Amino acid sequence: MPKTSQQPLLYMEEYRVKQDPQDYGLADEVFNIDIFKQKLKVTIVRNDEEGLEFDLIGVYPAIANAFRRLMLSEVPSMAIEKVYIYNNTSIIQDEVLAHRMGLLPLKADPRLFTYRTEESPENGTEQDTLEYELKVKCTRRKDASKDQSTFDEIYKNHKVFSGHLKWLPKGKQGQIYTESSVGCIHEDILIAQLRPGHEMDLRLIAVKGLGKDHAKFSPVATAYYRLLPLIKLNREVSGKDAYLLQSCFSPGVIGIDENENAYVKDARYDSGSRNVYRYSHLADAVTLARVRDHYIFTVESVGALKPEVIFIEAVKVLKKKCRSFIDEIEAE
Amino acid sequence: MGALAELAGDEKNGEGSRTFVFTNEGHTLGNALKTIIARYPEVDFVGYTIPHPTEQKLHFRIQSHRERAIDLLKRGLEDLEALCDHTIDTFQTEMNNFNATTTVENT
Repeated sequence: MPKTSQQPLLYMEEYRVKQDPQDYGLADEVFNIDIFKQKLKVTIVRNDEEGLEFDLIGVYPAIANAFRRLMLSEVPSMAIEKVYIYNNTSIIQDEVLAHRMGLLPLKADPRLFTYRTEESPENGTEQDTLEYELKVKCTRRKDASKDQSTFDEIYKNHKVFSGHLKWLPKGKQGQIYTESSVGCIHEDILIAQLRPGHEMDLRLIAVKGLGKDHAKFSPVATAYYRLLPLIKLNREVSGKDAYLLQSCFSPGVIGIDENENAYVKDARYDSGSRNVYRYSHLADAVTLARVRDHYIFTVESVGALKPEVIFIEAVKVLKKKCRSFIDEIEAE
Repeated sequence: MGALAELAGDEKNGEGSRTFVFTNEGHTLGNALKTIIARYPEVDFVGYTIPHPTEQKLHFRIQSHRERAIDLLKRGLEDLEALCDHTIDTFQTEMNNFNATTTVENT
């Protein structure tokens, strides 16, 4: 069966997932790097504000999963780790405030910084630390007249935004970076609400870290993969049934031509729902399957690194792990 | 660094059977490496376990009667490294092509 050797399928039947009877690939394929090189294909599908979507074809599930896990928890990024609270008279508690500050996404490129080590001084060095301050005091607007009622009109600084954060260059950092290259990515994250007399005076320390230590260090908002869906129509479906069939799948998956015959327009974005099997007269009309080694990756960055950079960094992390263990074996 | 060690108890079983202990590693490396080493014809058994979820330790077992376990482990790591290199290269070329075509479309 040459067709299956090109596209190994997993069939999604009504109550079970069935492997292709001709497909032994998962069980006893011999690993060889040259065969892998022949099989591996990458296709970039989409790269915009919403994230990067690409296809990784011809890999084992464990490899695809390793890349996903690495992107989530082992690619470094910068985040606020220490908060010195000199004054906080707002109603938000110190520890809650400190936690909120930690979750702010920073623009700083983690590749330009080093990890803090045991040896680095208490306050850090300019290579491993970024410092910020947040000084906000809420006051009543003197010029507000009595009939004004919105908070914006009667109070000054009653909302603390991430944009209030001010970067304090350490050592020579001022010559290398700018506020926009290391500051907060979003200026409109609401941190707290104040009332007249409330005040915040914080000094914040950001360091480089890994997602496995704390989720705030994860460079991605989401990174996931799914298998490419494949839908085949086994017979002609037309008229009312065609519309019923169309409603069983995600929008845009099933098309209907001018003769009111259903056809598979684009199975890629199907949710994989098995709704068709609810209609006994349609159940035999379709074969649902997924391509076993065709992974559709979607990577959404938090904003410090581009998604394609995050993927490459993730693969580099795995490569470095291997290298360090090989070196260790060779040293013995 | 000393992140790789061997578990005692295999002295009588020859060089083909070993349990290696990786510190500060988990399922990410363990499962990826396992799938590769499991596909070598010389290997009789390969498996891994994380004995305790709060201990950052990975026990990696290899059994073979044709080759030394340490050599198989090294080969596995080298193959995984080569796999990473090739993935980076392929991804980078595709990304460059993609960027080239999309900038043409936008202008």
